[in-house]
Amino acid sequence: MKQALGAVRRKFQPWNDPASRPFIEFRNVSKQFGSFTAVDHQTLTVFEREFHALLGPSGCGKTTLLRMLAGFEEPSEGEIWLDGKNLAGVPPHRRPVNMMFQSYALFPHMSVEKNIAFGLKQDGMPRGEIAARVDEMLKLVKLEPFAKRRPDKLSGGQRQRVALARALAKRPKVLLLDEPLGALDKKLREATQFELVGLQESLGLTFLIVTHDQEEAMTVADRISVMKEGKIAQIATPAEIYEAPSSRYVADFIGSVNVFEGTVESSSPGRLQLETDQGFTVRTATAPVLGAGTKAWFAVRPEKMRIDHDRPEGDGVNMVSGEVWDIGYLGDVTVYNVRLDSGKLVRASVMNAQRAVARPISWEERVWLSWSDDAGVILLD
Amino acid sequence: MRRFSTFNLVSVTFGFAFLYLPIVILIIYSFNASRLVTVWAGFSTQWYVALLHDQAILDAAWVTIRVALFSATVATVLGTMAAIVLVRRRRFIGRTLFSGMIYAPIVMPDVITGLSLLLLFVALNFDRGFWTVALAHTSFTMCFVAVVVQSRLLSFDLSLEEAALDLGAPPFRAFFLVTLPVIFPAVAAGWMLAFTLSLDDLVISSFTTGPGATTLPMKIYSQVRLGVTPEINAVCTILVALVTIGVLIASVVGKTGMRATEAA
Ligand SMILES: Nc1ncnc2c1ncn2[C@@H]1O[C@H](COP(=O)(O)OP(=O)(O)O)[C@@H](O)[C@H]1O
Ligand SMILES: [Mg+2]
Repeated sequence: MKQALGAVRRKFQPWNDPASRPFIEFRNVSKQFGSFTAVDHQTLTVFEREFHALLGPSGCGKTTLLRMLAGFEEPSEGEIWLDGKNLAGVPPHRRPVNMMFQSYALFPHMSVEKNIAFGLKQDGMPRGEIAARVDEMLKLVKLEPFAKRRPDKLSGGQRQRVALARALAKRPKVLLLDEPLGALDKKLREATQFELVGLQESLGLTFLIVTHDQEEAMTVADRISVMKEGKIAQIATPAEIYEAPSSRYVADFIGSVNVFEGTVESSSPGRLQLETDQGFTVRTATAPVLGAGTKAWFAVRPEKMRIDHDRPEGDGVNMVSGEVWDIGYLGDVTVYNVRLDSGKLVRASVMNAQRAVARPISWEERVWLSWSDDAGVILLD
Repeated sequence: MRRFSTFNLVSVTFGFAFLYLPIVILIIYSFNASRLVTVWAGFSTQWYVALLHDQAILDAAWVTIRVALFSATVATVLGTMAAIVLVRRRRFIGRTLFSGMIYAPIVMPDVITGLSLLLLFVALNFDRGFWTVALAHTSFTMCFVAVVVQSRLLSFDLSLEEAALDLGAPPFRAFFLVTLPVIFPAVAAGWMLAFTLSLDDLVISSFTTGPGATTLPMKIYSQVRLGVTPEINAVCTILVALVTIGVLIASVVGKTGMRATEAA
């Protein structure tokens, strides 16, 4: 199932196709609240049928971006375009987008059924069609037995599905989701993430989701915009964001990472050598050409590191030794925190592919960490 | 449970007695068979029957009810509008002044409110009568409605109204289909409060009334000056019953309604 999903998704890459037409466009958009800048001159393009995630810590302006698209806030500067139309001055009730609110915002005085029908009634849809659409939505979110209930008689997960059904009922061009799963417990959240992806693909809609949970963004989205203090730090697919983050901020926000500061020793196309402040040398095959002496950072993920008792073969680059400081057994992987001679802690994780290892690594042992030429990335910021 | 000491028991008893004994006596004597207010001569409902034949009292009651219905309704509309502006518009020129002025009439002595309204009507050359009383009552009860509705609106989740807009309802419809039903218990409580305040107002009515617009409290007051009659006791008993029912309904509607709408 997961494999099939991946196969479909790999083919969907309109952002790499110069001929594809942007669907949602934020053009140099800013939003000021008094003297505070919540969104700072940002440009973002989302394509039709894309599942796009705005990811960032609380207060970085994600909701503000979403609310500007929904029409609840007007940009202080810049323009927002949807499907070839400038949305400036279009009030929220005339925009072909629907929002699923963080608080769900279910109407407490209406039954589940009436909540879902609300938007359809505003469009003047005939009664028969409304009833049919409401039934269809109830079935979609598996809430048929609860049609006549009031929202306060539902569980958190059920309310979340009512909110989703209500926002989807009108078949909006874009569905906006503001932390849609934030109030659910972990198990339910993970199950719902896959349901969301399934819904988005089967309905063929464009989803724009706001989240501060990096795993959630990685699971559901085709592309992610990582935000920081009103600015978008990187827009890329989950794999690119993980494997080729554009800055230390992005690398650190998504998953865990070891970062070493250093200066460029030599650099030519396809080969860069960096002298780290930890006294070891890094060689990478994946780096831009930089002048010798440039300050840069080397970032490498814990699972890209090998950990051994003995010094690995080779010319002495891409390796460093230290003492095992801490071991975390997580079931599928074991995480080692290794203390370098300078005192810096480095994390390496190893898949537990076998049930028993001949010579397990244990606390306070001296070990060698090593990695290949393409394991990490060089970052300038 | 906290311990209920003798001291507490005594003070509560005295407190309630002080508050309610006069009213209880009034109610009891409205069922007195004797015309003498101070002598108990057995149970009778004759004064209630007599009331039905007292055209002056019936007229006054009718004026009072019309004034109260009109002023409570208009005050509810205006007071709700004022509350919305105060809660929704965080910043506008004169906001502080406006919000302070909403509270001022609540603490203003009735005599001053009445006198100033009288001067206004005289200056505008209004014929004093039913409409001047009704307008005066609207003016002072409106503030109470505004305060009640404002406190409910402060806890109202604005994203409910935004959701209605988002689903295609224009602003006015979003307000009437979503916001108003959700805050309705507070609006109803505001109406009830305005209605009862108007029902028993004496001072402001006296200042602003004119020929043919004698309200029940005014009528009672003028009759009492000639001596208390059992009929007056009967009228007052009916008023007490009406106000009690009104207050009970307002608090029950308010409480259950708010619980239902805030839970979701
Ligand atoms: N209506 C507003 N008035 C003033 N400041 C606001 C308003 N809305 C949001 N902000 C501020 O803008 C920043 C970004 O908010 P928001 O977009 O909600 O962040 P996020 O959704 O990423 O957590 C926050 O610091 C918040 O305090
Ligand atoms: Mg937010």
